[in-house]
Amino acid sequence: MHQEYTVIEGDFTNAGTASSSVKKTLKQLGVAPQIVKRVVVALYEAEVNAIAHAYGGKVLVDIEADKIHMVVADKGPGIPDIAQAMQEGYSTARPEVRDMGFGAGMGLPNMQKNVDVLNVTSEVGVGTTVEMIVNFV
Amino acid sequence: MFYHALEIDEGNCIGCSRCMKICPTEAIRISNGKAFIMEDRCIDCGKCHEACPVDAIFIKQDDFKMVHEFPHSVALLPAVFLGQFPDDIRVSRIYAALKDLGFKHVYEVESAAAIYADVKHKYAREHEDDEPLISSFCPAIVRLIQIKYPSLVGNIIPVKAPLDISAMYVLKLLTEERGVPREEIGLFYVTPCAAKIAAVKAPVGEKRSLIDGVINMDALFNKVYRRIKEQGKGYAYTALQTPQLSADAILSTLTNGERRICLAKRSYAIDGIQNVMDFLDKLENDEVEGVEFLELRACDQSCAGALLSCENRFLCGERMYARARKAAERERNGEVARAREMDAYRDYLIENSFAEPAQARSMLTLDKDLSRAYQKLEKINKLKMYLPQVDCGMCGAPTCEAFATDVVCKQVGLTRCVFYQRHLERLDDITRQECLAATRSVWGEDPIGDNEPPEVK
Ligand SMILES: Nc1ncnc2c1ncn2[C@@H]1O[C@H](COP(=O)(O)OP(=O)(O)OP(=O)(O)O)[C@@H](O)[C@H]1O
Ligand SMILES: [Mg+2]
Repeated sequence: MHQEYTVIEGDFTNAGTASSSVKKTLKQLGVAPQIVKRVVVALYEAEVNAIAHAYGGKVLVDIEADKIHMVVADKGPGIPDIAQAMQEGYSTARPEVRDMGFGAGMGLPNMQKNVDVLNVTSEVGVGTTVEMIVNFV
Repeated sequence: MFYHALEIDEGNCIGCSRCMKICPTEAIRISNGKAFIMEDRCIDCGKCHEACPVDAIFIKQDDFKMVHEFPHSVALLPAVFLGQFPDDIRVSRIYAALKDLGFKHVYEVESAAAIYADVKHKYAREHEDDEPLISSFCPAIVRLIQIKYPSLVGNIIPVKAPLDISAMYVLKLLTEERGVPREEIGLFYVTPCAAKIAAVKAPVGEKRSLIDGVINMDALFNKVYRRIKEQGKGYAYTALQTPQLSADAILSTLTNGERRICLAKRSYAIDGIQNVMDFLDKLENDEVEGVEFLELRACDQSCAGALLSCENRFLCGERMYARARKAAERERNGEVARAREMDAYRDYLIENSFAEPAQARSMLTLDKDLSRAYQKLEKINKLKMYLPQVDCGMCGAPTCEAFATDVVCKQVGLTRCVFYQRHLERLDDITRQECLAATRSVWGEDPIGDNEPPEVK
């Protein structure tokens, strides 16, 4: 089952559109609530990053009977040092983003914690792609 | 299966579909010209009852005659009951009428408010990891979470309602202190809403309720009011102890009533079922941080806006505030509220006020088996692309999506959709008779009878 969503730079009001819709689908499938929660939290963080740090992008979701595969791909500045970005508390969030309650540097670590597979690839000046897999069993 | 207090009287139902459109859990469908409730989705919030133009949705209650079957009948009143009466009717007259109607004792269930708060605090202290803790005060909310937000059931505080605590107290008082045998005592709960009835008849997480009968608040209000009007001016009765609730107790059933005395650093009080759902959606996504306590109520203005209230929610609410202000004044002057009388049984009551945790029972899950659910969802998604997404309700389901789900999961015929009918007509794939039959299977024979339609020039 394939779903696609577009995220727009700076459009924080629509952050969570993809994760809410995915949540509903997983509930319909009867996926265990704890797993649904992990998916939603991870996808939400990735959506927010594409909105806050990049110039928007696409969310591609593929749901199978035993796992969910999510890709959040953006056009943006990219991440120069991925290992550094993965550290808890590391953030380059601009002041106006911080004022909205983001920028604790916990997004990527949170994704890591909640998914079974996380691949972050990035090219400076081009964009970032976050790929995540969560198994249902 | 849930016990439901709400029922549709088929004889009265005109199949207008107002209830179907307003139901927050999409629990109502129309078939053969009548509305019906899908029991596994109904949370007894009563929105349908409010929307029904012909009073076809009623709330089951016990026969009032039962009150006379017990030598010691006890009326357990919600505090909003007194808030129903105009200011010129004094409490002593209301109590006189209650006595004449057969109640030997009258207690307001909020007498248990202080103990109820203590039990919640005790639980909260021991379960900081389960935050945000959600109050179980409103039974419609508990059911909503069970069916729609299964990941949050563990956050519900598993304690009994103030009603149950009051019932335990009254039984102790009458049997132990006054020596009345249990079988002579009849406990009658005067309920402000359908959800509370359902909770008494089939308590979530508890085996059995102590309550012997349930009486609807509007019915009792009418009886009492009529009695007072018949008796005229000098009517009053003073032997029954008039209520002395504390200000906290009086306010506890109104919005913010629990929140204002909770010990949490960050808490929210939310009333109105749509507001509650909007908030729970966010909460489920972990989008709200640092919340320790949630007071959630299905009705706008909480119990002042309850389904069986005969009074405007704001007028009732203000009367309760006025009463609370007076109580607060008495408390400041050092008069102890009667709520404290329960303290004699405090330990016993606290110990017996915990309930089994509520269980999740998701209504959204399409099939117990994940791969079968997956196949169904694929079919539903495919169907959705053909449906017009105008949510006209002509198919007898509240939305195109709900209809697609019914087609796949309940084998409802796709030809019920009027757009699909046009589609088939275009392809010459359906006869006029078949279209008519499909529409009549939803709306019955009457709307499209066999008579000539009126001529319009
Ligand atoms: N899509 C992206 N494009 C460019 N830079 C990114 C992207 N995602 C993350 N980063 C960089 O990695 C840092 C850490 O990201 P992370 O999500 O962990 O924290 P944050 O977004 O700064 O704060 P929080 O997620 O706690 O609100 C960001 O501050 C940013 O510098
Ligand atoms: Mg982030």
